[in-house]
Amino acid sequence: MLFAKESPKQDLVIRGARVVDPVEGVDATLDVRIDGGSIAELGASLDANGHRVVEAEGLVLAPAFVDPHVHLRAPGREDEETIASGTAAAAAGGYCAILAMPNTDPVVDSSAILGALVEQARATAEIPVGFLAAITKGQGGSELTEMGELADAGAAAFSDDGVPIAAPGLMRRALQYASITGRPLALHCEEQSLSRGGHMHEGEVSAELGFTGYPSVAESLMVERDLALAVYEEQPLHLLHLSARESVEALRRARAAGVRVTAEVTPHHLCLTDEAVRSLDPNLKMNPPLRAEEDRAALLEALRDGNICSIASDHAPHARHEKDVPFEAAPFGVTGLETAFSALYTYLVEPGLIPLDTLLERLSAGPARAYGLDEPRIAVGAPANLVLLDTRASWRVTETGFRSRSVNSWLVGKTLKGKVALTVANGRVAFEA
Amino acid sequence: MADIKLVRDDLRPPEEPPRRHFISIQDVTREDVERLLATARTLERAMDREVKKLPTLKGRLVINMFYESSTRTSSSFELAAKRLSADTMSIKAAGSSVDKGESLKDTAITLGAYDPDLIVIRHPQIGAPHRRPRVTQAHVVNAGDGKHQHPTQALLDLYTINEEFGRVEGLHVAIVGDVLHSRVARSNIQALKLLGAHVTLVGPPALIPRGIEAMGVEATTDIGAIAGADLVYVLRMQQERMAEGANYVPSLREYAARWGVTPERIRPGQKIMHPGPMNRGVEIDPRVADHVDALIETQVRAGLVTRMAVLYDLLTSGPVGVPVEAAVGVA
Repeated sequence: MLFAKESPKQDLVIRGARVVDPVEGVDATLDVRIDGGSIAELGASLDANGHRVVEAEGLVLAPAFVDPHVHLRAPGREDEETIASGTAAAAAGGYCAILAMPNTDPVVDSSAILGALVEQARATAEIPVGFLAAITKGQGGSELTEMGELADAGAAAFSDDGVPIAAPGLMRRALQYASITGRPLALHCEEQSLSRGGHMHEGEVSAELGFTGYPSVAESLMVERDLALAVYEEQPLHLLHLSARESVEALRRARAAGVRVTAEVTPHHLCLTDEAVRSLDPNLKMNPPLRAEEDRAALLEALRDGNICSIASDHAPHARHEKDVPFEAAPFGVTGLETAFSALYTYLVEPGLIPLDTLLERLSAGPARAYGLDEPRIAVGAPANLVLLDTRASWRVTETGFRSRSVNSWLVGKTLKGKVALTVANGRVAFEA
Repeated sequence: MADIKLVRDDLRPPEEPPRRHFISIQDVTREDVERLLATARTLERAMDREVKKLPTLKGRLVINMFYESSTRTSSSFELAAKRLSADTMSIKAAGSSVDKGESLKDTAITLGAYDPDLIVIRHPQIGAPHRRPRVTQAHVVNAGDGKHQHPTQALLDLYTINEEFGRVEGLHVAIVGDVLHSRVARSNIQALKLLGAHVTLVGPPALIPRGIEAMGVEATTDIGAIAGADLVYVLRMQQERMAEGANYVPSLREYAARWGVTPERIRPGQKIMHPGPMNRGVEIDPRVADHVDALIETQVRAGLVTRMAVLYDLLTSGPVGVPVEAAVGVA
């Protein structure tokens, strides 16, 4: 389900880092030896064995991150991102695996298109990448794709991300049919008759600025509908980029009732509220929109207690000339692969809003589990998927610093704490600061 | 293939010195507003002369960019600049490169090459004037951006109210109608609050934006609430901004019956204002519009002198510059 270019597995010894693997229950200062791309030994004062040695005293070594929600813009908008540039950006963000959404041009809705992407990934992807395929043809919301064949061709899951499936009857059929593939449906929940024309969260800030509002209920109503259908069909679901308190409440009720539902949240929804939109910066425009403080608090609480198991960047590159326009004219979406950890470390871990080990779990094992991918772990015998983090380092986000082809980040100009120093993805050093 | 970065951070121009703009009421203080109103009063006295042109802004270039249709605002800005002897150019979206798909940014860069001292911009999108200061050296005046702000309208309304009541502080103002689509309502709420008025919003439920109370106003759907106001400010029903099938109100007929400002709904002595253009028989009964208590014509006259005051204030150095009385020769 994951594809990357062939590359030699490496030998490496990482010395003296604080090794944190929340799933394995490890938090200790250890050396890690990697032989041929797999973790061979954990311990104190390991021999170099002729391997390259990385001195990592004072740094944190954790399982590398998994991003379940990335827009690579290939095919169709390679001026904004490619598999090569997007996976390079992901490596710089500490990721060892990412999943790409199918809302490209053309939409990934046939095994031919998917096959071409898989081939491209095998030739150019710096880290393993998986591809979701569309639920409906052309994401048109009327005809199911050939999910069986798409799954055989390597589709990681199915999603019409960017647009909701409006008709409940079709949503039901999608749930029924996806069951034969064993791959989850990942749903963008938005009732468009409530959100149409909306540019930001409906509330005090939109009232003052004059923007047409995109109310929370436009999301939560669809979350409730999709959960009701999932219950009826006894099928699993993954809820994309939740933003509203009411959606979190629906998720909690469903999980408490035993529904197999997982969910994700983005760094920007965890760090910002609609107050930020007062700047009218188009790099604060995304779908779903930034919401109120009570929504942010609900998302954070659910992330802490695990009801939201994964953090997704929803990395959405856009051409400079398309974003450098008045807010209402700008497309939805912001980049995030290269800043996710640092933003979350700066705005959530440093102020004590979430413990580091919880953050690391939600960036790695959580999203992997949601999609049935192998969880990156730090254990003898496991493939080396590791990220080395310098939590003391500060850095300034600049447009020139990105590996992504696009610069529509809400963090440009900000100084962040915590920096990715090294990423090992599937046994290969994919990034080094 | 190497990634190409079109603009490198280190190739950007160095930070420019801060410019003064008039983009939102949010950005100004009570002192700013009072200074602008006083300047407008002085300029109005100068307008009583036989020769009305003042030499104050001779040699300055004012460009009016109107991306949205306008009669009052564009004509009063143009005349205001001319009365102060500035050179003026007017660019309208229709018939310009905007018609050919040129972006706002590129148009502003092109016009910026003429080195204008001040750009007046009206645009259908929120925040368009906020983006101009980044690509030109000129001062920017917002002549209306989408549903967001129309600060010179608020200023001329304060001027009108001041002339009529002698104060704004403590007045009770009812703003009636389509608040949702109204930049006039948003800037007027902020301006009226800034000067100490009490504001009540009245209109159909879907046209009073959710959360608007946070601006320090009361909101009600009951038209009876206008009875206690010193001033009834009637907003235009903005049919052109309403999406097809949005159903904000069932019909204009029903709107007029429930929320139209009619002689029966106001009491003698209550003053009436409207930013224009009016939909007579919809939001305002013609008998109210033409009544002696309606200040609508005063508003139009105030538009000229307040816009002159804004141009004067931004293009001279404001409070520390030459006093306006001396500059225009009025004692």
